[in-house]
Amino acid sequence: MDRLSVSLCGIELTNPIIPASGTFGYGHEFAALYDLNCLGTFSMKGTTLSPRFGNPTPRIAEAPAGMLNAVGLQNPGVDAVIREELPRLKAVFHKPVIANVSGFSVEEYVEVCRRLDAEPQVGWLEVNISCPNVHGGGMSFGTDPAAAAAVTSAVKAVTKKPVIVKLSPNVTDIVSIARACEDAGADALSLINTVMALRIDLKTRRPILSNLTGGLSGPAVFPLALRMVWQVSRAVSIPVIGLGGVSSAEDAAEMLLAGAAAVQVGAANLRDPFACPKIIQNLPAVLDRLGAETIRELIGGAHG
Amino acid sequence: MKQGMFTIAENSPLTERFSLLRLEGDCAAIERPGQFVALMLPGLFLRRPFSVCDWDGKGFQLLIEQVGKGTELLRSLPVGQELDVLTGLGKGFDLSRAGERPLLIGGGSGVSPLLALARRLAERGVRPHVILGFPSREDLLLLDDFFRLGLAPTVTTDDGSFGIRGRVTEAMDIPHTFFYACGPLPMLRAVCEKSPAPGEVSLDARMGCGFGACMGCTIQTAKGPRRVCKDGPVFEKEDLLWTD
Repeated sequence: MDRLSVSLCGIELTNPIIPASGTFGYGHEFAALYDLNCLGTFSMKGTTLSPRFGNPTPRIAEAPAGMLNAVGLQNPGVDAVIREELPRLKAVFHKPVIANVSGFSVEEYVEVCRRLDAEPQVGWLEVNISCPNVHGGGMSFGTDPAAAAAVTSAVKAVTKKPVIVKLSPNVTDIVSIARACEDAGADALSLINTVMALRIDLKTRRPILSNLTGGLSGPAVFPLALRMVWQVSRAVSIPVIGLGGVSSAEDAAEMLLAGAAAVQVGAANLRDPFACPKIIQNLPAVLDRLGAETIRELIGGAHG
Repeated sequence: MKQGMFTIAENSPLTERFSLLRLEGDCAAIERPGQFVALMLPGLFLRRPFSVCDWDGKGFQLLIEQVGKGTELLRSLPVGQELDVLTGLGKGFDLSRAGERPLLIGGGSGVSPLLALARRLAERGVRPHVILGFPSREDLLLLDDFFRLGLAPTVTTDDGSFGIRGRVTEAMDIPHTFFYACGPLPMLRAVCEKSPAPGEVSLDARMGCGFGACMGCTIQTAKGPRRVCKDGPVFEKEDLLWTD
């Protein structure tokens, strides 16, 4: 194992940096810019059973040190992902990829996971119970410990792949949700998804986004995400993937010290398409500065 | 697409609402008129997308309309300031479809990409007929630039203070093989309905990334969901559903 490598549910990553779902499509836009194999892995766009157009535009708004999105899980559906996206990805990415799964019922999560379970390119299933921009699904599973546990155990029953449950910050007590998922058999947790937020257009006096509310991401949420990663990683014994506003190798080091076993990078990819390779390139210098030999030494270091 | 550092070489007001911004740096990624660039601006998270008005070996020009915080900030930036820019974004206009007598129709800020288009068509020996629409005489943009290409645009103004009174569609009764249009959505729709010819229109959109990753600017088209930033911003007339 070299300096930057980490292990995630028994699969080794050459480095801990993972582009987050929804900011990286199915990889192709970035494959045109750099070799995706420099990444630890990446998390594909949230996929549902049927194709979804998502919300009407405007779907995006600026925020202080960040952005709001209300894309609403636009995706071509799981069958198109398996038929078109995965074969296209195979030509440019030679590592296991994270398949991010969304749904509007336990049955839908199960069916999407069952179909993706058969795909050898998929290393992990990331079950998104935290999308704030759809109604009657998504986040409603992530805000109640019993519902989160129900999705987790149902999905675990149909796959041999490690299951990562992606948690919402839009809760009073994220630790109780995290524990419920761990108890239900989750192999790892990723947190945080976006924070439910609002912007108003002063000219029209109406919300900017057609969905009215959207999810806040970017540096604005970093300290909030860090706090939640810190709290959750203390409370559970499964790996926690830290995300939320990470934009530099220093931010990634903070996430690791807070207890993250790996780090996802989201909104930063949209502002700077080369954000992830730059972070990876800067990690050794940050390790040097911290007097650490390996990334693994940092994990949980802040817990004392 | 390419990421690079560009230096502001000119930033001058043209009208009350518009200014001309020239940035110098490596323009190799700009291949077609109708493509756009995305500027990273100090203090703002999201990049701001702008249609390329014209470009040469040393840099490119943008027409900046004051619409919000980003464009306000941009107008205040001094010559010499460096900006991080993504260039060569989106699919531009398809010049091969022009035919012998293409029509170029621009409204307001939408006249911007038509200048580069007119120049490239002229270089290929094609003389387009140009129609430019503005609210009033004080709002005229780029007229001299089109004249310098040896073209004499037909101008319409809403209040009749210059050229033909009315909308650009009042000036479209002219035989054409193809049309290229850019401007506000109602104008584009009216142009598509009025012209019997095939054509391409360039759409504006509120974007997240500008390069196809975030799905922030998706529209429904006859061919299914399409990203304005990556699959457009130029679309074929027949593919647009005008649902918004």
